[in-house]
Amino acid sequence: MALTVLRSTGQGSWEKRILKSLNSMCTELSIPLARKRPVGEQKELLNKWNEMGTDEPDLSLFRPVYAPKDFLEVLINLRNPNYENGDSLSFRTHLGLIQVPLKVKDIPELKEFFVELGLTTGQLGIDDSTQVPPELFENEHVRIGQKVLAEQDSAAAQQYVRQGSPTALRAELWALILNISSQPEDILYYEQLKTNVIQHDLLVDSLIYKDVKLTASNDDYYFVFEDYLYQVLLCFSRDTSVLGHFAYSSASPPKSYIRGKLGLEEYAVFYPPNGVIPFHGFSMYVAPLCFLYHEPSKLYQIFREMYVRFFFRLHSISSHPSGIVSLCLLFETLLQTYLPQLFYHLREIGAQPLRISFKWMVRAFSGYLATDQLLLLWDRILGYNTLEILAGKILAAAVFAFRAVNLMEVTSLAAAEAVLADLSTLKVMPLLQIFLFATVT
Amino acid sequence: MSVQTIRSVFSVETGYRLSDDQIVNHFPNHYELTRKDLMVKNIKRYRKELEKEGSPLAEKDENGKYLYLDFVPVTYMLPADYNLFVEEFRKSPSSTWIMKPCGKAQGKGIFLINKLSQIKKWSRDSKTSSFVSQSTKEAYVISLYINNPLLIGGRKFDLRLYVLVSTYRPLRCYMYKLGFCRFCTVKYTPSTSELDNMFVHLTNVAIQKHGEDYNHIHGGKWTVNNLRLYLESTRGKEVTSKLFDEIHWIIVQSLKAVAPVMNNDKHCFECYGYDIIIDDRLKPWLIEVNASPSLTSSTANDRILKYNLINDTLNIAVPNGEIPDCKWNKSPPKEVLGNYEILYDEELAQGDGADRELRSRPGQSLGPRGGRSRDSGRTVLTTWK
Repeated sequence: MALTVLRSTGQGSWEKRILKSLNSMCTELSIPLARKRPVGEQKELLNKWNEMGTDEPDLSLFRPVYAPKDFLEVLINLRNPNYENGDSLSFRTHLGLIQVPLKVKDIPELKEFFVELGLTTGQLGIDDSTQVPPELFENEHVRIGQKVLAEQDSAAAQQYVRQGSPTALRAELWALILNISSQPEDILYYEQLKTNVIQHDLLVDSLIYKDVKLTASNDDYYFVFEDYLYQVLLCFSRDTSVLGHFAYSSASPPKSYIRGKLGLEEYAVFYPPNGVIPFHGFSMYVAPLCFLYHEPSKLYQIFREMYVRFFFRLHSISSHPSGIVSLCLLFETLLQTYLPQLFYHLREIGAQPLRISFKWMVRAFSGYLATDQLLLLWDRILGYNTLEILAGKILAAAVFAFRAVNLMEVTSLAAAEAVLADLSTLKVMPLLQIFLFATVT
Repeated sequence: MSVQTIRSVFSVETGYRLSDDQIVNHFPNHYELTRKDLMVKNIKRYRKELEKEGSPLAEKDENGKYLYLDFVPVTYMLPADYNLFVEEFRKSPSSTWIMKPCGKAQGKGIFLINKLSQIKKWSRDSKTSSFVSQSTKEAYVISLYINNPLLIGGRKFDLRLYVLVSTYRPLRCYMYKLGFCRFCTVKYTPSTSELDNMFVHLTNVAIQKHGEDYNHIHGGKWTVNNLRLYLESTRGKEVTSKLFDEIHWIIVQSLKAVAPVMNNDKHCFECYGYDIIIDDRLKPWLIEVNASPSLTSSTANDRILKYNLINDTLNIAVPNGEIPDCKWNKSPPKEVLGNYEILYDEELAQGDGADRELRSRPGQSLGPRGGRSRDSGRTVLTTWK
């Protein structure tokens, strides 16, 4: 029930808004949504394919279609009209921003679900630190990983990475879990997408450029890979196979109509071709993967698969447990239940915790955590096939818990933001363990 | 203290004597390591000596190349070795060479050549050369250019590592854990049409920061940890560990090479900036050693790094923040190391080797048990070939 309601109201109106924003940008700048490139331009782009970062088109007039905080406003205003029947008493006392009563796991349920993260099980990200002798856990774990790879067992790989993946094995393990195997037809498919990019210019391309320049290019870890990001994202927007994920998403791809034929279905095309309009920070979904794959078509496939399995849920409205709405609710519930004092204090000073943690979750923490920690976190997303840990709604809660002492002393939203501004020194796994398994319930 | 000041402090004419409670941050003749021509001379001499002794370190392969000591690109002094250079040049005429003035820094005066005509004026027979140009100011070194550097994101980079030496005899040196990679802002191409484009070839920040694409937030720098993560993830753990072990090896070897000629004044310590380039076969090359590595910062992260560097360096050189006494044994306790790690401690290496805090490769120890541990080291090193 909740699913249909959310699908028709929340997501529907959100999509209309995004599309409107895109169309008005188009009219204002007098740029067509799509155009065929003249041959000279095609040749030039082909030559520059490996260094598109040096190309500096004038992007000053482009704005991102939306940013995570815009999306948050929409989520905050979601209401379920069936709610008046009030079947969950506890929800009435929910003081967070999210007002939709979706069912989320509580800590005992989380502990059960994430049992491999328990204190008595070895973990990479904790038990491979320099103080712990490698014989205790690390060496054996690596040996098992090699065996899993040798046997090409996808299910075993997924189970295996719940305890973290050794850096040297990670690229192969993720490919195994995502069923990516770089066959000649895959490479050909990527080349075909590349040809599409060369031949046609899309308005969305400028949005991608702008996003990369604003985010990844300024990032200490990812600036090196700027050119790869263009090569992946430009192809991604033209990949119609991505449309397939809309079958299980609550979202639907934006449609555009050939000029003069508004409303006539036979003249409707999906725009962009993959149905995904990038938002501010979108390129950060790809960036961490550049540490693992340096062959563009493989990088592309891995990203695409990660997107259609996980990332799309972070920016569309649905009632799925891994969907962003549930994740936000999970975060707020955990925080309010287990750190009530902190929660109330922050609310008092106008610093609703979700306002701060939302951007971490939407980006799956990319750009906020140090890369090695981020990869350990994403290991667990793949291992448990859910974003609950990352989107760490749980992680987000754990971060707040960790900095609780400092946060109790702040008196403004800005100050709270400052305490939480720099997550680059955080170690993900100890945080999660403490929060899940060592908190007194 | 700057290098100029050091020169005057230690010069024979001034007769200045440092008292026991005065410690300075340079060795009197650091230039044996930090001038490009002297560094190469010392390393060549060191290799020949080891060869004469019959040391296993000086072993060569079937092409006459040193197996363990080939870490400096083929280099000649100009104009002194001009004829030798020409002979070498003619053996592979399509190769590129890099010309560097001996006494300059920050990439000044460096250029690439691929034709003999481009360096005519250093020819000894040339009418334009005279003995005036053989003064140290005009001296150049010419090295085989590494035109197959390891590229990441299509860009060339080099490594800047900080090494602190508190004494040369016995050799005691420390490696700073937080080194960094300096990336060029422009994509690398070995194409001859871009030989003049310094933004492609020279990684010095002093040069890159004038490029159009220079970014002031990250400054084109990566931490060494990022490099490690990237290489482990894309190339595997063994080759990455070997690479880093080799890097430590060449640093220690370069210090050992100059140790006999260094004036091991007990008032001195020195923090060097080592520049290393990795080629696409994951072999590291020592490019040069800087006596006054830049302590200015180009980004916020940089500032923190350099601040900590100075802090940790002084903690090791001058223990406990007390008035120094140059007679102390120069063995700081573990706690004060900060971000430094012991790279090589000759005294410890010659003592009980079992519980040293060195890099795990036993091949790096060169004490009386040099022969035996060398064997296990050698097995490791030769597996790459």
